[in-house]
Amino acid sequence: MGNRRWFSLRKAGPPVVVLASLIVIWQAAVRLMGVEEYILPSPLDIAREFVSVAPRLFEHASATLGITLLGFAAGSAAGLLLAALLHLVPWVKAGFYPLLVLTQNVPVFVLINLFVIWFGFGMLPRLLLLMLVCFFPVAVAMLTGLTQADPKLVNYMKMIGATKGQLFWRLELPGSISYLFSGLKIAASYSVISAIYAESTADKGLGKFIQLASNGWQTSRVFVGIVTIIAISLLLFGLITAAERMMIRWRVRSEEEAGR
Amino acid sequence: MTHALDVVGVSKTFASGRTSKAVLDDVSFHVKEGEFVSLIGPSGSGKSTLFHLIGGLEKANAGEIRIGSRRIAPLERGLISYMPQHASLLPWLSVAGNIEMALEIAGIDRMEARQSARQWLARIGLERDADSYPHALSGGMQQRVSFLRALLSPQPLMCLDEPFGSLDALTRQHMQTWLLSLWEEDRRSVLFITHSIEEALLLSDRILVLSTAPAKVIREIMVPFPRPRGEQLWSDPVFNELKREIYSLLTPAESKGGHS
Repeated sequence: MGNRRWFSLRKAGPPVVVLASLIVIWQAAVRLMGVEEYILPSPLDIAREFVSVAPRLFEHASATLGITLLGFAAGSAAGLLLAALLHLVPWVKAGFYPLLVLTQNVPVFVLINLFVIWFGFGMLPRLLLLMLVCFFPVAVAMLTGLTQADPKLVNYMKMIGATKGQLFWRLELPGSISYLFSGLKIAASYSVISAIYAESTADKGLGKFIQLASNGWQTSRVFVGIVTIIAISLLLFGLITAAERMMIRWRVRSEEEAGR
Repeated sequence: MTHALDVVGVSKTFASGRTSKAVLDDVSFHVKEGEFVSLIGPSGSGKSTLFHLIGGLEKANAGEIRIGSRRIAPLERGLISYMPQHASLLPWLSVAGNIEMALEIAGIDRMEARQSARQWLARIGLERDADSYPHALSGGMQQRVSFLRALLSPQPLMCLDEPFGSLDALTRQHMQTWLLSLWEEDRRSVLFITHSIEEALLLSDRILVLSTAPAKVIREIMVPFPRPRGEQLWSDPVFNELKREIYSLLTPAESKGGHS
C-alpha cells in the first residue's frame, strides 16, 4: 500500500489535469475575446510579469512569510497553553470561555486600526493581530480534544491511581494531537489571509505589494501577488500535514498493518 | 491472619435530582491473601460500582474498605492493580510501552519497568509484538497484554473486572486456562468479576453470589476442586452440580414462577 508515500500519481492526477485545463481555457478566452490586460490578464501575461518583478516580489514575499510564521507560531503556542489551562482549572474555563469567543467577534479591520493607534506602525500590531486570529482555532480544537478522551481509558487510568497530572500528560494530551492539527490547519490559512490584510499598514509585504499594484491598475501584478499568496498558503499547509504524519505515525502504521 | 481485602458493611446510593437508586446494600466480604475470589451476579447488580469504591473513584455512603488491613481513605487511589473489561491499551504506545506506563504510574522506576515488561512479554510468547501498536493485535492478544500489565503491577491485590467479557467463546476458554496457569504459579490475591458461572468455577477458590440491585451477598460457595485445574473439570459431576446451584440463585424470581 502506498499510504506512506508523499506523492502518488493516482491522487495528484485529477486536480492537476483540471487546473491545467482551466488555465488553457483562460488563456484561449482572453486571447479570443480580446480582453484588455488591465481588466483580466492572461496566464502568459501573469507569467511574464512574474519574471520581470521577481526580485522585488521575493523581498515582499519573504516579509509576509516571516510575519506569518511568527504570528502563527506564537498564536498557536498561546492557544495550546490557554487550552491546557482552561482544561486543567475548571473555574478558569467557566470564566474565560465566553471571553474567548468574544475576541473573535471584533472585526479584523477594526482591530488592526486600534492596534496601530495603540502600538504604532511597527511590527507589533500586525503580530498581535495574527496571534489573536491564530490562537482561537487552536484553543477551541485543543479544548475539544482534551475533553474527548476515551472514557474507558480515563476509567482505567483512574483505577490504577493516575494523578491528574499523569492523566493529562499520559492520556489527554497525546490523545488530542489529531485535534491539535486540525486547529493548526485552520489557523494556518487564517494567518496568511490576516497577514496580507494587516500589511496595508506596513511598508513591505505582499499585502502592500498588491495594494500598490491595484492602485496603479497593474492587474497582472495583482495576479502575481495572488499566486504567491496561494503558494505560501500551500507551503504552510504542506508543512503542517507533514508534521502531522510524523507525530501520528501510530495511526498510519496501524492502518497499514490492518491492510496486510 | 491479615486479609488482602476487607469490605465491611458497604452501602452505596446514587442520587440524581430527587430520585435515588440504592446500588449496594450492606455488602460485606473479604479476600484472603493468595485467594482467588469471584463475584458473580446479574447484570446491573453493582459489581462495577463495588470496584469503583475499592479503586477510590467513588465514596461509599456507609461501611469501610480495608486493603491489606489498612483502612483506605475516601477516594484514595493506586492501592490495587486493575484489569478492565476492555483491554484499554493506549493506541499511541507500543505494547511494551503500555506495560511500562502502567508500572511507572504504580511507582516503579523506568529502567526496571522496561526490563520486566520485555522479560515477561518474552515469557508469554509476545516478544515479537513488544514494539507493535495495540491495533495490530487480536482481541485475545490485547487482553493478554492487559493482564500482564496488571500482573506486573506491584500492588498485592488484583482486581479483574470481567476481563474476558468482550471475547468470543473460544478465545475466552483459551484465556481462562492461560490465566489459570499463570496465576497458579504465584498466587496473587484476586478479586474477579464475571458473568460466567463456568469461568467462576474454573478459576476461583471461593464464589460470592450477589443479588439484583441493591446488591447483597446472598451466597458464598467454596469451590472444592484441587489445583492445578484444567478443562477436565467441565465433565466433573460436582462442577455441574455447583453450576446448577449458582444458576438457580441467579435466576430472577419472576421467571422461577413458571408457567402458572
